[in-house]
Amino acid sequence: MFAYILRRLGALVVILFGASFLIYNLAAISTDPLEGLKTSTAQNREQLIAAATRELRLDLPPPLRYFLWLRGVLGIFVGNPDFGKTREQQPVIEAIANAIPTTVRLVIVATIVALVLGLALGITSALRQYSRFDYGMTFVAFLLFSLPIFWVAVLLKQYLAIDFNDFLVNAKISPPWIIGLSILTGFFWAAVISGSRRRVWMIFSIAFLANSIFLSAISASQWLAYPRLGPVAIFIFGVGIAFGVTYLSVGLSDRNAIKSNLFIALIGTILYFPAQNLLDSNRPRVGILILLVALLISAIAVSFIFARIDRGPIIRTSVITSILIGVMILIDQMMQAWRPYIESDDVNYRPVATIGQSTIWLSDISFWVRVLDFAMHLVLPTLALTLISFAGYVRFSRGTLLDVLNQDYIRTARAKGLSERTVIMRHAFRNTMIPISTIMVGDVAGIVGGAIITERVFAWQGMGTLFNKAITSFDLNLLMGVSIFLSTLAILANLIADLLYSALDPRIRVGAGK
Amino acid sequence: MAKKKENVEIIKDASENAIFNKETEGLSQGQIVLRRFIRHRAAMISVVVLFTLIAVVYTALDWRIGDEEDPLIIPGWWKYGFEDMPELRYGADCINGSVGCPSLDAVPFFDGDGISIGEHPFGQDDIGRDYLALVMRGAQRSILVMFIIGAIAATLGTVIGSIAGYFRGWVDAILMRLVDFIITVPVIIIGSVIGFHFGNKGAAFLALLLGLFSWTGLSRLVRGEFLTLREREFVDASRVAGASNRRIIFKHILPNAVGVIIVSVTLLMSGAILLETALSYLGFGVTSPDVSLGLLISNYQDAFTTRPWLFWYPGLFIIVIALCINFIGDGLRDAFDPRQRRRLSRKEKANARVMQNRNEFA
Repeated sequence: MFAYILRRLGALVVILFGASFLIYNLAAISTDPLEGLKTSTAQNREQLIAAATRELRLDLPPPLRYFLWLRGVLGIFVGNPDFGKTREQQPVIEAIANAIPTTVRLVIVATIVALVLGLALGITSALRQYSRFDYGMTFVAFLLFSLPIFWVAVLLKQYLAIDFNDFLVNAKISPPWIIGLSILTGFFWAAVISGSRRRVWMIFSIAFLANSIFLSAISASQWLAYPRLGPVAIFIFGVGIAFGVTYLSVGLSDRNAIKSNLFIALIGTILYFPAQNLLDSNRPRVGILILLVALLISAIAVSFIFARIDRGPIIRTSVITSILIGVMILIDQMMQAWRPYIESDDVNYRPVATIGQSTIWLSDISFWVRVLDFAMHLVLPTLALTLISFAGYVRFSRGTLLDVLNQDYIRTARAKGLSERTVIMRHAFRNTMIPISTIMVGDVAGIVGGAIITERVFAWQGMGTLFNKAITSFDLNLLMGVSIFLSTLAILANLIADLLYSALDPRIRVGAGK
Repeated sequence: MAKKKENVEIIKDASENAIFNKETEGLSQGQIVLRRFIRHRAAMISVVVLFTLIAVVYTALDWRIGDEEDPLIIPGWWKYGFEDMPELRYGADCINGSVGCPSLDAVPFFDGDGISIGEHPFGQDDIGRDYLALVMRGAQRSILVMFIIGAIAATLGTVIGSIAGYFRGWVDAILMRLVDFIITVPVIIIGSVIGFHFGNKGAAFLALLLGLFSWTGLSRLVRGEFLTLREREFVDASRVAGASNRRIIFKHILPNAVGVIIVSVTLLMSGAILLETALSYLGFGVTSPDVSLGLLISNYQDAFTTRPWLFWYPGLFIIVIALCINFIGDGLRDAFDPRQRRRLSRKEKANARVMQNRNEFA
């Protein structure tokens, strides 16, 4: 194993060398950094050209210049790497280090959302193979595959930012919208749950009614303008989460699991009150930590009390429930910052941001307002990236699950008399996750590449912006820095994916070829 | 009871098998694939839409063949060229005081004057150029780019992949390292570097260069396919019979790998059209005076609130083209996949059961 990793890392160095040589020469041959100077009308044109030539070593042919650049980079082995300076005399490493957090924030949130949504819809689609829902999802996935991201981004800006902000001013949902949305919800749940015709109509009407009541309540209470969860909603949602998580992971027949999960929901609601002071203090990060630790400890304690045998699965479900409830408490905290945030001068009642990664001159600098500001700036870019990458997950998880369901061990599991839930969640789902986890790792590198366009559309200052600048200003050092970073990321992601595969799937052993 | 149900299952399975066997009796592999493809409804619709679209787009504008001074002109069906600058529509012609609004009126009843195409159905751009002509020109460019990239990548990927997979050893090692070099640099970076400097040399040249860098994924697939196929008995048999390497590759292995190749080339083409539009959007692709769909969107994205037609039409064309290609790829994948079975209609199942019973009694 160790030898294998070493060999792969060795290959990484070789590949990076080749790839960087390729891109350096490609860029150097096709670029003329002096183009701007040659056409300039400045008096000292000749001197400027000479100076630039000296500075960029343009007197040397590109392959030689590449080795000059490489000499600096190889300093990485003696702890002193030199990736050169940008045309503005800023060290390239510094420029990239500044850009990474922005891009990472964008990519990670988008990946997580796309993964969760894609898995849920892909699995449902596979379980309802050849149903209308399945065909519908296939069409949606192909549609999303075919969308240019910048085109979607403009639409999102118009309809989800500008129009939605207008709507938020009085936050009244008009009756046609309520009915339309409710019909859609009804169709969705009817298609997902499906069954006999009578059952489908039942589900449709229940979903339709529940959704229209829900939306009318939200509209009447102006909840969207004054969002708030509060202890009551947290308790109700907590009970829902407790049942949902128990159902998916150990099944509702396990009384002990239900009891301990419900108890967690209760504890979460009680913890809500002390959490208010804790989170509002001047050290909110410590507060978050304390809250989560308290929830986790109580989750484990409660499951120890309620479960006498077979504790593992129950602890797991309680921990998941407690984390979800903790997240709700944090969301409530963000909602409390909503009014001060949108009423501040810089935001001025237009909370969904279309441009930039944060409001620069935010007057109210309390922690939660900041967090909310970050979140509101993330909404659109994340949505755009998610829309594009989630189609892949839908298709892939559907295909994999269908493959897995045809395996012998699934037949064995069914023959043993296990419930359908156990077969799907324990036997099929886990095996579906193996290839998906490796795909996901590889995808992160791809999304970073895709973020180049997204950053441009939403004017974020990340890797994409650096890259654009590098190309348009003929900045070879910067371009090399960015592409080396992206290539390394791609190769490492590949390596991690391979290792993950062998760790998750005992049938596959890495490095066993020779 | 349970026993009976099981029996029914077996009979059902057997009868369905009988249908599938009956259907493929006496047909060559190619005919089976073609039949399966024709049965894939979404793919067939996409084929029709795509070919109609291509025909419409390429006959829209005048073709100028021959030298600049005295070209041979084949007239297109649309009255304006993409370089013509007719008078801008404004004022009374347009609502909301916008300039160059579209005259297409596809809503027949509400305003009482029925469907009409008008002078500029897709509107006009800033300087009065007819937007329909521009979109047609852009679509021509984008489709051209797509096919060139697809063709080059298919050729290079197949040749390099089959050589690497067939000969293995150091040839394989060298070729696959080359693939590694190219594949690690994100394609958008290579594309931008190329596009930024060669975009002004025209769309075809840009596509040519992009094609030189997009064959890598395909070559890996083909190599994998060759590695498994070359170990099969029919290859051994032909080698024993004295066939040359070339003959084995082209006559024996390649036809077996053609499914994988066709499917991934279609998907590559839908990726190519999006790549071209993305590059043009970043300003690193096709540049003016040439036109492409991505460039049109990029130019007019800020006009979305005031003149949305400048934004909608090129986008819709991109989506329709990419969507068609994706569906065709999906249909081809199903058609080439021997495990894939279509769902039988209720009528066919009933027929099968009748046939089965008849056979049993006979």
